Amino acid sequence: MADMELTGAEIVVRCLRDEGVRHIFGYPGGAVLNIYDEIYKQKDFQHILVRHEQAAVHAADAYARCTGQVGVALVTSGPGATNAVTGIATAYMDSIPMVVITGQVPTAAIGQDAFQEVDTVGITRPCVKHNFLVKDVKELASTIKKAFYIAATGRPGPVVVDVPKDVTQHKCAYAYPKSVTMRSYNPTSKGHAGQIKKAAQMLLEAKRPILYTGGGVVLGNAAEQVTELARLLGYPVTNTLMGLGGYPSPDPLFLGMLGMHGTIEANMAMQHCDVLLAVGARFDDRVVGNPKHFAKEAHRIIHIDVDPSSISKRVRVDVPIVGEVGQVLDEIIKLIKAGKEKPDQQALKAWWAQIELWRSQDCLKYDRSAPVIKPQFVVEKLYEVTGGDAYVTSDVGQHQMWAAQYYKFAKPRRWINSGGLGTMGFGLPAAMGVQKAHPDAVVACITGEGSIQMNIQELSTCKEFNLPLKIILLNNGYLGMVRQWQEFFYEERYAESYMTSLPDFVKLAEAYGHVGMTIEKPEDVEPALREAFGKYKDRLVFLNFLTDPRENVFPMIPAGKGLSEMILV
Amino acid sequence: MRHIISLLMENESGALSRVSGLFSARGYNIESLTVAPTEDATLSRMTIVTRGSDDVIEQITKQLNKLIDIVKVQDLTDGSHIERELMLVKVRASGEMREELKRMADIFRGHILDVSDKTYTIELTGPGTKLDAFLAAIDPAAILETVRTGASGIGRGDRIMKI
Ligand SMILES: Cc1cc2nc3c(=O)[nH]c(=O)nc-3n(C[C@H](O)[C@H](O)[C@H](O)COP(=O)(O)OP(=O)(O)OC[C@H]3O[C@@H](n4cnc5c(N)ncnc54)[C@H](O)[C@@H]3O)c2cc1C
Ligand SMILES: Cc1ncc(C[n+]2csc(CCOP(=O)(O)OP(=O)(O)O)c2C)c(N)n1
Ligand SMILES: [Mg+2]
Repeated sequence: MADMELTGAEIVVRCLRDEGVRHIFGYPGGAVLNIYDEIYKQKDFQHILVRHEQAAVHAADAYARCTGQVGVALVTSGPGATNAVTGIATAYMDSIPMVVITGQVPTAAIGQDAFQEVDTVGITRPCVKHNFLVKDVKELASTIKKAFYIAATGRPGPVVVDVPKDVTQHKCAYAYPKSVTMRSYNPTSKGHAGQIKKAAQMLLEAKRPILYTGGGVVLGNAAEQVTELARLLGYPVTNTLMGLGGYPSPDPLFLGMLGMHGTIEANMAMQHCDVLLAVGARFDDRVVGNPKHFAKEAHRIIHIDVDPSSISKRVRVDVPIVGEVGQVLDEIIKLIKAGKEKPDQQALKAWWAQIELWRSQDCLKYDRSAPVIKPQFVVEKLYEVTGGDAYVTSDVGQHQMWAAQYYKFAKPRRWINSGGLGTMGFGLPAAMGVQKAHPDAVVACITGEGSIQMNIQELSTCKEFNLPLKIILLNNGYLGMVRQWQEFFYEERYAESYMTSLPDFVKLAEAYGHVGMTIEKPEDVEPALREAFGKYKDRLVFLNFLTDPRENVFPMIPAGKGLSEMILV
Repeated sequence: MRHIISLLMENESGALSRVSGLFSARGYNIESLTVAPTEDATLSRMTIVTRGSDDVIEQITKQLNKLIDIVKVQDLTDGSHIERELMLVKVRASGEMREELKRMADIFRGHILDVSDKTYTIELTGPGTKLDAFLAAIDPAAILETVRTGASGIGRGDRIMKI
């Protein structure tokens, strides 16, 4: 019955079904009531009702991060759309594939300052990969198809589809397009063969090589290839914050995270290498600091990225390769395996000796005998108790850095955090998205008392949908990351970084119907975690760890400085 | 350096704001921007005149290419090309100035489109430098109003931008 006419609202729902969507996150309102009415009538996907639109978008975003599928959120016009903007920008900065459907006032009312009207396409334009305003129901299905296609291909990103209310009422024949061709959008997937050959050669000639891999490896499902290449050559690997899990952290070839809060060995190896292979990483300012200080040893750089505009943006590279990481790495591995040439073992040995010297400084050491709970200790224990196999989401601040440094991610898509935008409030809704995608998985949200309060209302959503998250609150009583900068760079003037009258988090968790615990002593950390992940494994447990308020994140490179200008413990 | 960038883009509402938004968000400068539909009504052609170091221009072309509505991007400055701009100038033309301005318009191959007892409205086309030269050549006090379109550009000879 291909030519039966459907309303726009029915079409939206059918498109989502035909796209294979299983879960959407959203919040209703006037402009999307027709769509909600159709959602009510169907069983193909589940709608998760959040308590704030920002949370819907973060949940859909995390759903995408942990599965690789396109996340979907649905919000109403006006305030629904503006509440969603932070979530959209968060996904945009980290290149996350997502489709956000926003309601809009009826086409005839657009531009009339109508009730709950905002220019959603205008507001979101700078923080989406693309957006659409659908003015004709006949274009609805093809636009939604395009939205999914654009979101998922090339460099992924969020796409907004703005649907006026009258379009959801109008009728037309429905057919979901099988494929999309767009003359204006054809992302490159295959790397240039000549450049790939050059890269393989350059890698083999290296005396002090390093692999620097980022979020693109996770997004492009190329962790296996990175691992194979590194092991084939015996070369050291470092990951960006977004790339963690792209190489198994416990492995000896792994130097840890690099950048502002990276390890000595990773940052020094970056600074002193002679050949740098950058894979799906964008030389962010939190990674190379000041690009002027970066190229001190005139290294040669190979850069693989699907987005040409990521290449030679902050740092000039010698061998640019535009293409999908997986495909390009496969080719490089093939060439190296087929050839007779091997890396210079003597040089490599000397390089590793140097790296081990840096590593022996043990830059992530901390005081283990302190009478107060050290936040690093909590993360280490969490790693032990969960067998290193949990999905870990985080908020933004010191706790985020400790999570990145001390939870040794062994697999991609396990570490879910907002790196590019650094959005406090991301952690809890993100954990909801992950738990919906993987109902049986262990999901922990590492957060701070500042961040958790930015979307605390979602504890209610977690109750409604029985999401047994474990909230690991590293409660230092400060906006710790802000406090740290004030201590180092503002002569300890702690302007507005201390929060009095924090809620009683145990009572708060209980008020929402969950289990709450406060942990004050180091010796209670492990038992509390065991109880949470054991006895209470089917409940949401809010663990309020009172941690050392004065602890700082080390190493630290002050903003704008070079990679070798680290501040150590 | 000054660059002239030509774009072919989908003739969709909002496409222009994506381009201008990109320039303002990333701090690139726009000296001028012209746009109109092509012979194929589904496509618009835009000419942007901008300035920047080689690195900046490289980013500008990459970022433009990244916009979903943009079909083709060409930096005309990379090869030989022609650029033309249209200017309308209203000048005070009374007394002996009247003859003088008529002569200047002729020298610059301009046309007088409109005449009143006190004014001339002169049309001039050419590269921006020629239009600048005309304005410099006449008495600044005579200039009442100017309006310029910004440059349109096209490649020379067989250099063709089409899809
Ligand atoms: C408090 C705080 C502190 C931080 N400190 C650090 C720090 O110390 N160290 C650190 O590393 N970061 C840090 N960050 C994060 C930082 O801001 C950036 O988000 C991060 O460094 C960017 O990671 P990335 O380079 O891997 O790029 P991403 O943002 O992950 O970008 C991915 C790149 O891969 C490309 N790509 C995507 N898919 C593919 C594919 N299939 N094939 C090929 N290429 C692809 C994209 O085009 C893009 O260029 C911090 C953030 C916060 C909030
Ligand atoms: C929405 C938002 N507002 C402000 C900031 C700036 N900021 C970055 S870290 C931070 C402090 C976070 O405090 P908390 O959640 O307690 O984490 P801690 O650093 O103490 O671990 C702030 C305010 C931000 N990243 N996001
Ligand atoms: Mg805190």
